[in-house]
Amino acid sequence: MAEIATEKYEGIHFISVKGEIDAGSSIYLDNALKEAIEEGEKKIVVNLSELDYISSAGLGVFISHLDEFQLHKTKLTLFGINDTVKQVFDILGLEKLLTIVSDRQEAIDSFND
Amino acid sequence: MTPLMTKRLTIGCSKDELVRIRQFTSDMLEEHSVPDLQAHKLVLAVDEVCANLIIHANDCNPNSHIDFDIEFRPRQIIFTFRDKGEGFDINEYESPSMEELISTRRQGGLGLMLVKRIMDKIEFSTEKNHNICRLIKMYP
Repeated sequence: MAEIATEKYEGIHFISVKGEIDAGSSIYLDNALKEAIEEGEKKIVVNLSELDYISSAGLGVFISHLDEFQLHKTKLTLFGINDTVKQVFDILGLEKLLTIVSDRQEAIDSFND
Repeated sequence: MTPLMTKRLTIGCSKDELVRIRQFTSDMLEEHSVPDLQAHKLVLAVDEVCANLIIHANDCNPNSHIDFDIEFRPRQIIFTFRDKGEGFDINEYESPSMEELISTRRQGGLGLMLVKRIMDKIEFSTEKNHNICRLIKMYP
């Protein structure tokens, strides 16, 4: 099961994901990102520090929004990915397509580049 | 070759069952001392194939079933799925490129790419009215 929470802090839209994202629960992550896009958010941070598992369905959610993010000049940063989850991103080479940093402060700083 | 050990789990074709198949696979791999990072990848490949069978081959019909076996042999682990849904050979599936997925804003297509990169061999056959998909992982 997955739990998704959102929070706004200094112009940044935070989405925290807890638990497991699979073919059944990826819809919740998708909805959270869609809501952020609809609200016109330009800086989105996804906190994955309590994510224990992600399958292709969850990874597909991030990939499917990349084109839209580029179009609307929205920046997405992920942080807190543990080693087991990170290897899944690595198998597909997603670290080249997504901004992935280690902690919340680095994620906030990623918008200052 | 005589199998050292085979364990079976039967699930209904509902996405809710994915948690159960992951837990079962994870428990079996832990029991056989497969290291955590490796086990996580194998659980993922099992989850991906199973999700594919549930959603695409069996239209999420909870009355349809998938029999799932894990067989531990010397130097290899074999994961076998048997179902009566629409047959689909992963080997014949050409995964879309990442560029294509991004530009078409598609969410699907990454799962079987993962399975092919994680497993050493994938076999597909049809026997009587059953489809059989085998994922084989070699280990030192």
